[in-house]
Amino acid sequence: MNGLSVKHLTGIKDLKKEDIELIFQTADEFKEIINRPIKKVPSLRDITIANLFFENSTRTRLSFELAEKRLSADVVNFSASSSSVKKGETLIDTVNNILAMKVDMVVMRHPYPGAAKFLSEHVNTTIINAGDGTHEHPTQALLDAFSIREKLGPNFKGKKIAIVGDILHSRVALSNIFCLQKLGAEITVCGPTTLIPKHIEKLGVKVSHSLEETLQWCDAVNMLRIQLERQGDDKDVAFFPSLREYSMQFGLNKEKLESLDKPILVMHPGPINRGVEITSDVADSNQAIILDQVENGVAIRMAVLYLLASGMERK
Amino acid sequence: MRPTVLIDEKQLQLIINRLSHQLVENHRDFSNTVIIGLQPRGVNLAKRIQAKINEITKMNVPVGNLDVTFFRDDFRRRDKPIQANSTEVDFLIENKHVVLVDDVLFTGRTIRAGLDAMLAYGRPASVELCVLIDRRFSRQLPVEPNYVGKAIDSIDSQRVTVSWKETSAADCVELHSQKQ
Repeated sequence: MNGLSVKHLTGIKDLKKEDIELIFQTADEFKEIINRPIKKVPSLRDITIANLFFENSTRTRLSFELAEKRLSADVVNFSASSSSVKKGETLIDTVNNILAMKVDMVVMRHPYPGAAKFLSEHVNTTIINAGDGTHEHPTQALLDAFSIREKLGPNFKGKKIAIVGDILHSRVALSNIFCLQKLGAEITVCGPTTLIPKHIEKLGVKVSHSLEETLQWCDAVNMLRIQLERQGDDKDVAFFPSLREYSMQFGLNKEKLESLDKPILVMHPGPINRGVEITSDVADSNQAIILDQVENGVAIRMAVLYLLASGMERK
Repeated sequence: MRPTVLIDEKQLQLIINRLSHQLVENHRDFSNTVIIGLQPRGVNLAKRIQAKINEITKMNVPVGNLDVTFFRDDFRRRDKPIQANSTEVDFLIENKHVVLVDDVLFTGRTIRAGLDAMLAYGRPASVELCVLIDRRFSRQLPVEPNYVGKAIDSIDSQRVTVSWKETSAADCVELHSQKQ
């Protein structure tokens, strides 16, 4: 067996289909391990990982930290709010200083698109992108696809997946599109005109502005969060008139789900704005696999860390 | 060079029968004993032995598959990552007698990893090792088997391959002297 074709995970765009499948196969085994009474394996016991979060995160950060700890790696955490970034240090300097303390891998979330790629070209370490601005969030896309594979089977050919909501600001959407396309699925993005990026159909996805039609078409729907921090009444540009109107047009509720002639999978990358993009009764229903996604997140991140670490040189 | 046949199908049947009887002799009715086959190739031997023991004791002896990939000590020392296999151990081994089963015992490192991996399922009362082929004088760790199908003398550059009816054409154990 060959390892991954990449040395860093900066985005799904750089991965091959075989890489994604290898990550899934490895994650299958890790999922079994994290359901054991003793959830820990010693694989990464000689590796130190720095989690650099220049942007807020709860789920991704916890998930990475748990994945690292269950592989027995040593972990250091760093958040921008309490660091020298505020004093004007550059990104490369910050990371090189951390590496000087003998850290082997860096997991980074950063508000600027391309930050992970930039760092991987300028710093001598293995970089894992945990979200860079509105660009990519590769591990989220992998865990979303892994969750779909678990429920709908391993063959993505002809599977119809819809991504609904704020496509414009979403790194999850872009990574999901790359990942699912590489696996052979068909994708429709759906949302108000203002939240769909121009020319997105060039990526080979369909665009729809009707949630009802999209739901009728798809096998699984990924409801993205409306990023309240990036829009709203007090901001310069409002992307839609009101939350209530958005919710009526593009929010998923029980009636819309029950009007379909087949059950579909409902996914959400979290955090949920209950009552906005998805109602509580849908989020808590049997069709929603939101908590499965969170569980699979740890297994997927363990697989990514394990596979990238196995390709690293011993220093 | 053609490989040397170490064990053919008929001999293999005899060996499995003998190993099963030895195990029954020591573990009687297997009421407090479980069998764990090491992935990937100890699993077939474990299943065959279990079937034979079930026939002798009229019991249903629990058997599990254990994957040791994430417990190996050669992680990052190989060029390629090792593909993990599934672990299916649906019982706890707390206070049980465990018989670890593998096809070929060579350096002893897989068994060391197996001992580590097993501990996720409890603290066993005792652990014994049963192997089909014992490559003597090539151990790198102090691991010795309790039940041996056949002990052979070989050098490091040689390879022992075990084929099973379940996955290959026929049951067969061969010694390859040249790198292929």
